[in-house]
Amino acid sequence: MHPAGEIAARTQARERPSHTNIPDRAWAVALTILGAAVLVVAALIVGELTRIASPALQHTGLRRFLTESTWDVTRDIYGALPFIYGTLVTSAVALVLAVPVSLGLAIFLTEMAPAAFRSVVSFPIALLAGIPSVVYGLWGLFVLVPFLRHTIEPALARTLGFLPLFQGAPVGLGYLAAGVVLAIMILPTITSIAIEVLRTVPGSLREAALALGATRWETIRTAVLPYARAGIVGATMLGLGRALGETMAVTMVIGNSPTIRASLFAPGYSLPAVIANEFAEASGNLHTGALAALGLLLFAVTIVLNIAARILVRMSRRGPARAAAV
Amino acid sequence: MRWRRFVDRFMTVLCGLALLVALVPLVSLLWLVISRGVAGLSLDFFTGVPAPVGESGGGVGNGIAGTLYIVGIACIYGVPLGVGAGVFLAERGDSRAGAAIRFTAEVLSGVPSIVVGIVAYGLVVLPMRRFSALAGGVALAVLMIPTLARSTEELVRLVPRSLREASLALGVPEWRTSLRVVLRTALGGIMTAVLLSVARAAGETAPLLFTSLNNQYWNFRADQPTASLTVQIFNYAVSPYEDWHDKAWTGALVLLLLIGALSLVGRLLSRNRFGQQR
Repeated sequence: MHPAGEIAARTQARERPSHTNIPDRAWAVALTILGAAVLVVAALIVGELTRIASPALQHTGLRRFLTESTWDVTRDIYGALPFIYGTLVTSAVALVLAVPVSLGLAIFLTEMAPAAFRSVVSFPIALLAGIPSVVYGLWGLFVLVPFLRHTIEPALARTLGFLPLFQGAPVGLGYLAAGVVLAIMILPTITSIAIEVLRTVPGSLREAALALGATRWETIRTAVLPYARAGIVGATMLGLGRALGETMAVTMVIGNSPTIRASLFAPGYSLPAVIANEFAEASGNLHTGALAALGLLLFAVTIVLNIAARILVRMSRRGPARAAAV
Repeated sequence: MRWRRFVDRFMTVLCGLALLVALVPLVSLLWLVISRGVAGLSLDFFTGVPAPVGESGGGVGNGIAGTLYIVGIACIYGVPLGVGAGVFLAERGDSRAGAAIRFTAEVLSGVPSIVVGIVAYGLVVLPMRRFSALAGGVALAVLMIPTLARSTEELVRLVPRSLREASLALGVPEWRTSLRVVLRTALGGIMTAVLLSVARAAGETAPLLFTSLNNQYWNFRADQPTASLTVQIFNYAVSPYEDWHDKAWTGALVLLLLIGALSLVGRLLSRNRFGQQR
């Protein structure tokens, strides 16, 4: 039907103002229900996790669950500590490696490189973000792990071997491998948000610094970075949130051993990895529940991180007064 | 001044170096997936089911089909809810409730996918007492909703106000303006967003491990365990057999091609649409 004719017909047929009629109301209600679906999804996530986790949490007790370092399914002892430790260590390694590189990359692309170059480079970064984590895991398992075992880990042991972090046999599979894979995976996240944040820095700040005789790097260090600080911290936190919850790649390279070791070369385990490996075969409410409790913990931590990070990124978008207050 | 200039140059080089550091793993990964994967490509690989250990041949046909099937189920739930929530946020999202929903969607997009797998397990697997394609689809749908809501909102907000005002001024009711003017203008972009989220969902592994599980054979029943390409790649990769590792690489190549094709079609679609609109 031709829209114009239809409209004319409708205007003649109806005298009432359009905002009070029934179809409009129905449309508004339908939209609101669809919008509320997001809240329902959030409620379902929290509800289901607590429901499945509760038998195990009642059995073990939250405090013991978080501090116990033994995970022995046959004796119904469920301690989350080795997994918490592994998740934190691998994420820390990932941040140490990824933050300088992503920040440098973001600065290079926004402040230094010509604009044409920027759009060329944004494609490989998007590509890096689009590769599925199981493919990263495959690459980590057959490329990165042998490389670490034969080249990087012996070299680290020779030069920095006095630190407990770099002692022990170079296994390849372990915290270090997981940390490196995670670093590669969170790099596009941190870079793209850092770029977004750096773009909100007003040009007048740069011009002022340059006019005072600052070199380009001095401008970045004294004018651009301080302004963007809150947003960069936020970007890092979003990267951390991704690292904490990343499953497949870590499962494939961390070694899957529920132990706590000081050495980065040693095999360990992480929260998502143990869920991935054991959930399908878990029998009984307690084992399933304990795994769901690990999931609940992971959920709670990533939610808190995400909320804090979003607030920081938003603050830095709004302007200097707010950003400076952080 | 020379010192300062030196520092400036040095930092520029250092930041440029970051680009190289970031590109090394990408190039290495793509090169290996292509070089190690391409040898295993054959018609059998696309049409066959996995061969038992020790037997040559076999393929991941059921996994490719299973991935598409599970993602299809995810779209049935995820697309209307995600797009609908996005339209709500764009059209009526300036209220306090809108802000809350927007923030929730933003935060939900950071929830680890494995956690969503547990939720789908509780919602579908436990009541049905078996692993199923439906459970996998629900997990992927939950992952799609927040991202789709956010991108739809942005796309609908891009539609110029003047278009909407023109339509309302002609006496077209609000709901009709929303559907036939605003949404139709944004449709191409929304299709792109949907295809990109489909591509992302097709690459997910973790939420499928204990929802749709796996299957050695073809399956197109929503209440049965179903193979997926990603879970097959994972199983092949962590197996102790050399020839299965080759299959994992070939599977990864097929997965990357599938995801690349979906994203490409998505991008082309929005380009065409915008061409027609102008």
